[in-house]
Amino acid sequence: MLDDTARRKLVEVKNLKMHFPIYSGVLRSRTGEVKAVDDISFDVFEGETLGLVGESGCGKSTCGRAVLRLYDITEGTVTIDGIEIGTMDQQTLRGYRPMMQMVFQDPQASLNPRMTVARIISEPLEEHTDLSDVDKLARVHELMDAVGLNRDFANRYPHEFSGGQRQRIGIARALALNPKFIVCDEPIAALDVSIQAQVVNLLEELQDKLGLTYLFISHDLSMVRHIADRVAVMYLGKVVELAPRDALYATPKHPYTEALLSAVPDPDPSVENRKERVILTGDVPSPSNPPQGCNFCTRCPKVMEICKTVDPTTVELAPGHFTACHLYTQTTTMTADNTVAQEAQKSDQQGE
Amino acid sequence: MTDATLSREKPRNQWLDVWDQFRSHGGAFWGAIFFLLVILSVLLGPLIYPHDPTLVPTGRDFIRLKDMRPIYTALWDSGAKVSWAHPLGTDQIGRDTLARMLSGGQVSIAVGLAAMALSLFLGTLVGVTAGYFKRLDGILMRLTDLFLALPLLPLILVAVLLFREVLSATFGPEGGIFVLIVVLIGFTSWMQTARIVRGDVLALKEREFILAARSIGTPNRRMILRHILPNVLSPIMVSATLGIAQAIITESALSFLGFGFPPDFPTWGRLLFDAIDRMVLYPERVLWPGLAISFTVLSVNYIGDGLRDALDPRIRGR
Repeated sequence: MLDDTARRKLVEVKNLKMHFPIYSGVLRSRTGEVKAVDDISFDVFEGETLGLVGESGCGKSTCGRAVLRLYDITEGTVTIDGIEIGTMDQQTLRGYRPMMQMVFQDPQASLNPRMTVARIISEPLEEHTDLSDVDKLARVHELMDAVGLNRDFANRYPHEFSGGQRQRIGIARALALNPKFIVCDEPIAALDVSIQAQVVNLLEELQDKLGLTYLFISHDLSMVRHIADRVAVMYLGKVVELAPRDALYATPKHPYTEALLSAVPDPDPSVENRKERVILTGDVPSPSNPPQGCNFCTRCPKVMEICKTVDPTTVELAPGHFTACHLYTQTTTMTADNTVAQEAQKSDQQGE
Repeated sequence: MTDATLSREKPRNQWLDVWDQFRSHGGAFWGAIFFLLVILSVLLGPLIYPHDPTLVPTGRDFIRLKDMRPIYTALWDSGAKVSWAHPLGTDQIGRDTLARMLSGGQVSIAVGLAAMALSLFLGTLVGVTAGYFKRLDGILMRLTDLFLALPLLPLILVAVLLFREVLSATFGPEGGIFVLIVVLIGFTSWMQTARIVRGDVLALKEREFILAARSIGTPNRRMILRHILPNVLSPIMVSATLGIAQAIITESALSFLGFGFPPDFPTWGRLLFDAIDRMVLYPERVLWPGLAISFTVLSVNYIGDGLRDALDPRIRGR
């Protein structure tokens, strides 16, 4: 277990909500909202990597963008390095941009096709520093070295690079201002597997060298297992489980996490064949009309009556291991064998 | 994409790449040369060429000089009234056609470029503002629709009637009508550009590199100048070249209808208008101004085509 008290919280997200309004009808009146991120809280400690996983459409990317205030958040607070940025106006926020940066999912789309690599990487420098052209170029070259790009490529355009190289350009741009916190929004999803490893290793290497803190958004559970220190699992706009990596992968508490983990393929065919998969039925409900009670109640294999009416609160089952599930709300201490506990609790609640 | 992002290892100006690509585009290159030649000849020609485009000969000269045929007519008609002094002949009141073409070209091209610049500026401004700032989108695009719905030619004719006097008093008869025509054409032809640019900006705004720039903290002004405008350059270039053509043609149409410049003031459109009555007898009088308009417009279109390709780094170097 991580020793939480000794480490400083770099990022604190509390009750973050990001709702996108839906306008419809002749008068374009507001008829509802997409609850992309609905009341989530988590902390990221300095120097760690928090993995954020979940299936597509569950609000991972929105969450990452909302944390960096690329959207105007609906509710909640985001504190980065002791500075509350959740309600700050964009003009004031601009001054704090250097400490938080983002690496994007699609390395092709995240680079301006009309700018050379040197200009792309130096854009943050132009915006936030008064460096002379010579110093800027020197810094660009330094960054290109850091991410493993040949300096001679400085005058080329993004379309002349491979996906992995483009992602390196994106990383170099994110590093330009020596940020403390980087949101990696599925940085490896658009790359093929051999390149994924390179990019992830580069990210880890840079973290060691520069003491970076990552919020690593991904749907690739094995990659998250490789890079993250702690993992948050999202489902339909909510964090259903947040735990240190080893604890999460060894003893997943939330039924959704169990299902997700059981879907990870194993390279060993004998293990793969014997593996019991938790197959979820049905689709993810619409985030504009989430089910009453627990968001997962429509697909949960262990659903109970209470799940359909009451939204579960987040409980800490073990130090640093949080989950939001009714299976655990009554007894906060859990035995190691969680299936027994679940069964026990189920009958408990059915008896009520 | 203008300033010096030069690597010490490879000090290469990006405009050199643009120029290289532009040169390799055959049509654009020859179009540019032709357009330059036209501009040079209409600028320098009247200085060299001895005849005054507005001078009407008097007395016996009038009879002698009027209705002269172009010099090449002598090739098939030995009795034709030709003179080496007037290679393209003269009109029905003895003014030299070549002199009128040259000074008419000055005005037509000046009107084309100025009106294009104005309409491009307006169109890009409205398009980018409407596409980028959601709040202004509705009102600006309804304004665009409003302008599109106006019947332009009648509007211009009425405006010429209303404002000709006032502007002539301020800028002089030719200057006044020049300003009037440029402003009228500019203000009535920006809508297509605005619509195309708005559409492109809307699509561009959702791209991740805009989000990346926002995460860097790039303010709106520089976001537009650095990220939006260079990427909507292609449709703007196309609109620009079509705009020059359109402006020259509109000016010609106005002059042709007799609502443009004063009657003795030559423009390519006015030459066509004057020649239309006796087109069958003297086909050269419509042929040469017509060809001048067509080829100038065509060359400008080729230039725009080549420039658009040259400015796009993805096409460049192919």
